Amino acid sequence: MKSHYLLGNEAIAHGCLEASVEFVTGYPGTPSSEVVDTLRVYNERWYHIEWSVNEKVAFEEALAASWCGLASLVTMKHVGLNVAADPLMTSAYTGVRGGFVILCADDPFAHSSQNEQDSRRYAAFAKIPCLDPGSVQEAHDLVKDAFSLSEELSLPVIFRPTTRICHSKSDVILGPVSPSTPRGEFNRNPSQYVVIPAHTRLLHKKLGEKQERVAELLIERGYNHYKLKASGEKKRAVISGGISTAYVREVIGDDLSHAIITAYPIDETWLSRFVEKHDEIFIVEELEPVIEEVVRQVAPSTTVVYGKKTGHVPYEGEFTAARVASFLQSAGFEAKEFPSSPSVFALPNRPPILCAGCAHRAAMFSMRAVFKNAIFPSDIGCYTLGIQLGTVDTTICMGAAITVAAGIALSGETRDVVCTIGDGTFLHTGIQGLLNAVHNGANIVVVILDNRITAMTGHQPNPLTGVTATGDESPRVSLEEICRGCGASFVETISPNDMAQFREVLKEAKSRSGVRVIIAKQACVISEKRARIKRPTYAVSKNICTGCKACVKFGCPALELTGEGFCVITELCSGCGLCMQICPIAAIQREVEE
Amino acid sequence: MSFDIIIAGIGGQGTILLSNIIGEAGVIEGRSIRSAETHGMAQRGGSIECQVRIDQEYGCQIAPGNADLMISFDLLETARFAHYMKQHGTVVTNSEYVLPTSVFAQSLPDPGAGILLSAFDTQNVLSIDARRLAEQAGTILTQNVVLLGAASWFIPLNESSLREAISCRVPEKSKEMNLSAFDLGRSATQSS
Repeated sequence: MKSHYLLGNEAIAHGCLEASVEFVTGYPGTPSSEVVDTLRVYNERWYHIEWSVNEKVAFEEALAASWCGLASLVTMKHVGLNVAADPLMTSAYTGVRGGFVILCADDPFAHSSQNEQDSRRYAAFAKIPCLDPGSVQEAHDLVKDAFSLSEELSLPVIFRPTTRICHSKSDVILGPVSPSTPRGEFNRNPSQYVVIPAHTRLLHKKLGEKQERVAELLIERGYNHYKLKASGEKKRAVISGGISTAYVREVIGDDLSHAIITAYPIDETWLSRFVEKHDEIFIVEELEPVIEEVVRQVAPSTTVVYGKKTGHVPYEGEFTAARVASFLQSAGFEAKEFPSSPSVFALPNRPPILCAGCAHRAAMFSMRAVFKNAIFPSDIGCYTLGIQLGTVDTTICMGAAITVAAGIALSGETRDVVCTIGDGTFLHTGIQGLLNAVHNGANIVVVILDNRITAMTGHQPNPLTGVTATGDESPRVSLEEICRGCGASFVETISPNDMAQFREVLKEAKSRSGVRVIIAKQACVISEKRARIKRPTYAVSKNICTGCKACVKFGCPALELTGEGFCVITELCSGCGLCMQICPIAAIQREVEE
Repeated sequence: MSFDIIIAGIGGQGTILLSNIIGEAGVIEGRSIRSAETHGMAQRGGSIECQVRIDQEYGCQIAPGNADLMISFDLLETARFAHYMKQHGTVVTNSEYVLPTSVFAQSLPDPGAGILLSAFDTQNVLSIDARRLAEQAGTILTQNVVLLGAASWFIPLNESSLREAISCRVPEKSKEMNLSAFDLGRSATQSS
């Protein structure tokens, strides 16, 4: 069979096409975004697909489509499930009709996230199955299964790949795409779909009764399996789950038994049959001790269990084969030796930064200049990188800039409170915060960094972009009207690239009170580049430049200070012209086209 | 044993495309490939690394001290990821480097090329002027393929598979330019 070289998320998307997915929603979030991004550009698309405004919205729409009989998929990152937790918990009660798969990508090591929560806990909390693939191929195969599993159990199923599945590539064997002609039909059934107390009490009971069938079906399907090999004096075994299985297989020898967990809940009878045959068990899983807790529950007192609770495996971060080898060795298990690596010497660090010409930098630079000692709550998006400009004092979760600003202002803090939130994040969960701040009389400045797109996760369209996920035109909503509708009295829109005017607006806002909104509107430089919008070029005149560093301190990566003591503009320049406005002695000039 | 390649660079330089070409060439030969990439927030202009493992069936991550080959877009990043290299591994690096903005913001000293190269002692280090060769091929954007060409002698895949992979992974209109970038890189290290 021919293999394809695919990104984990592309392989997962293909698995959904093979499973005849009929309805797709999602909210972008690293590392989950490429699943919808792959499905939305599939040419012979037969399903509805959309980027929704937030995860709760996405979840509820896909759930409803499943109630109408469609095979439905909703995608998000782990923290997105917090936003969708409300419908999640009760969707287990109502159950589903068409297969309903919740793709929730976890991010151990928080590569691009605010925490390292483990979605397997959500599945246990909601009493629904969770599939946790250990490789790209397995992710492809399992997501396909997830739809039929969900349909057969009439329960939502959480499919939980991690970063090293989503964003790793591998040779993958694909199956045939299986088109469908979706036509949803809602069957009225209030006792199932209207969760008034009288109904929900019964539904909860039914959910409990389903659990036995869940365990049976997961065993029938053979998702969790083991190889018995232990021989010799001490019978030793390793149990691993998810991506950790790949690391374990890379480092252990042939003399250890190995149980592989890819589905939850783990059946205790099945597990105890494996555990009781061994004297020592070592458990390898990233993040929470989900497997370990069940093993400890079923292990006879004569079996020694090593894992997180014994300090042999950390709760935090992601693993690698080399780390897993050292965990195993710490409990006397044999594992592959890795040569120690030479030490690294100190080098100037290169953290991720805002792009050259990014308008967020311009907006934050001016905010800092006008509101010198203000408190700057911020939010989640590219602009969180503004921490390097000193204008990000808090970030907790999507939409929390305005609410945190209001809380600080209402706490009695006397300094100005000026928060930043991106356009996508404002539409996600920022609007409620604005409404509340106006209603409850908070005294804050809200700067909406409006670049017309959800940039950080790969430029997904949102209701300001004017197109949908499939490229169809949609009405552009007006941020001004939303803000005025929420009751904000001061609403001004201005490009932060016009530094002088932008600062005037900031000063005007500073002189007033109440909820003041400034919409810092300027298209994302990456979008502009893709649209081939040409901007002028700029150059430093080395005869005038004194090397005062006013421009390089702006932090734009296109500006460098040379060894000869003057500044230069490199090819990274996107032509925003901000450095020309910053230079105190007019050493930077727009170049005349020849 | 897999052949482990670490690709170092700065977000936006084309490291993922380079990794894709090597992986695709492996799949053309029916080899088992695992690779790891950086997406999302972590990639905006910061240090990044991609990892490609040829003949690997399990995880995508290379342990420090185990990489057989490094291909690097920036000499400063070459030094940063030096600890990934095994003894007697091969390093193919761009001779240039971009100073990070942290140097200007915090007034840190420029380490200098000599110091950066001192990160290696037992490894075979080949430094090439990838920018000049890429410009010669037609555009600076082909730097990644120039570096691939330069490293191609050390990758356990056939030259023909690499060329085929370039053809299927780059846009049709820049195919010829990329193939010539590959040739320019490949001849730059021919005698090494």
